[in-house]
Amino acid sequence: MRKRSPLERVRLLGKAGLDVLAALGRSTLFLLRALFGRGSFDNSLTLLCKQLYSVGVLSLAIVVVSGIFIGMVLALQGYSILATYGSEQAVGQMVALTLLRELGPVVTALLFAGRAGSALAAEIGNMKSTEQLSSLEMIGVDPLKYIVAPRLWAGFISLPLLTLIFNVVGIWGGAMVAVSWLGVYEGSFWGNMQNSVDFSTDVLNGIIKSLVFALVVTWIAVFQGYDCEPTSEGISRATTRTVVYASLAVLGLDFILTALMFGDF
Amino acid sequence: MSAANNHDTAVELKGVTFQRGERSIFNNVDIVIPRGKVTAIMGPSGCGKTTLLRLIAAQLMPARGEVWVAGKNLPSLSRSDLFDMRKQMGVLFQSGALFTDLDVFENVAFPLRVHTKLPEEMIRDIVLMKLQAVGLRGAVELMPDELSGGMKRRVALARAIALDPQILLYDEPFAGQDPIAMGVLVRLIRLLNDALGITSIVVSHDLAETASIADYIYVIGEGQVLGQGTPAQLRESDNPRIRQFMTGTADGPVPFHYPAQAYAEDLLGDSNA
Repeated sequence: MRKRSPLERVRLLGKAGLDVLAALGRSTLFLLRALFGRGSFDNSLTLLCKQLYSVGVLSLAIVVVSGIFIGMVLALQGYSILATYGSEQAVGQMVALTLLRELGPVVTALLFAGRAGSALAAEIGNMKSTEQLSSLEMIGVDPLKYIVAPRLWAGFISLPLLTLIFNVVGIWGGAMVAVSWLGVYEGSFWGNMQNSVDFSTDVLNGIIKSLVFALVVTWIAVFQGYDCEPTSEGISRATTRTVVYASLAVLGLDFILTALMFGDF
Repeated sequence: MSAANNHDTAVELKGVTFQRGERSIFNNVDIVIPRGKVTAIMGPSGCGKTTLLRLIAAQLMPARGEVWVAGKNLPSLSRSDLFDMRKQMGVLFQSGALFTDLDVFENVAFPLRVHTKLPEEMIRDIVLMKLQAVGLRGAVELMPDELSGGMKRRVALARAIALDPQILLYDEPFAGQDPIAMGVLVRLIRLLNDALGITSIVVSHDLAETASIADYIYVIGEGQVLGQGTPAQLRESDNPRIRQFMTGTADGPVPFHYPAQAYAEDLLGDSNA
């Protein structure tokens, strides 16, 4: 029913741009306050452990299962390609390098955004809509320190660990397919892997990536939850946005990080 | 010397202006809330009653003006001073706002655990006393999702008085309650106010219930204080806006129809317009 003049449209476009900038500013302040703001609790460790459980441990199943299958698929695909060049004994290093450098950090972060990120956003959004955050404030407890900070730290700690687990399980899955099923010689599978994987360029860079992803994904999730409109639609929008923004951020950042780490310039 | 330091005044709003976007919610509002009394803030839905409550609780900051609570101007306090200040205030939110992952006992014990270093036995005694006051000592082990709406509000009330605040704010305490739960809440608000000697501020549009316990009423609307007085004085008021609110008339200064172009014109007019 409502009609918009061209000028009104330009105005709306400008407003949308300003809103994005304002949200970026708000979310940065939010992050800094939650991490470095004054005040702590006697039971901070208990709060952190609770979150480590719900953010980390509960994501374990999906990470382990995906890890096994991705490792198996990598070995299967790698074998069929490498076999045409007669170098199927290199399948070990291929699986390991792919997982450590790229798939491990990226896929784990995407799974984490879907499993833990959406849960965090929905949980905090729900606390907001039921006025639990307001009532914490009125009790004199800063929800940024009590609710947000332990979740942020739990995310930072969990995701790199989950990535390591994903890598290990993936390599194990690859070995299962390559060695036990396709009959690659076990000595060359593991030996080639040992020779070609370098701790600092491969393992460490993968961990650095997953630390960056952990920061970004958890930050997006808790901010979306905290900043959402306190209604059921607001919460569902926040959950969707968390997964979309976090996934895009992970993929975009992965390219930048890879260029910085492995690009020769 | 500010009037807010006067011993008889618990809360004072001076020249408060609050805007949301370009819409002005309050325009230069002055409200004085006496100590130790039940003061009601009434008005039609959407007139900014809850906003006013959040201004007093400093969850929102006014664009202009001063909000004095217990001798302090809230907008001038730092974030950490504000959190300290809020220990003297209790708020009963519309939804109760119990922490859903904690049982009734832990919900009421929460403020005590955060702000005091009391031994466990003493916390237990205080929690049971507060629950006894709202009649729910027997529900101590239940989780919030096992409680009815009215019970949730009573537990939230017990939590709000756990630290013995000087000021209790009630946000729509009667909304969506059955008659019995409503009666219980009406009685509790009056009882707690008199027994604990606190200042109660009730934001509500439930006229009969609120008028039955309030010592003083402010009626707000259109960003202004439309009128104030004891319930009896307001019933006698000549102001047509207050008359409409107190009698619940459908049409009056607040029109039945949302502003629109003339009806006939809208129906018969040019459909391409």
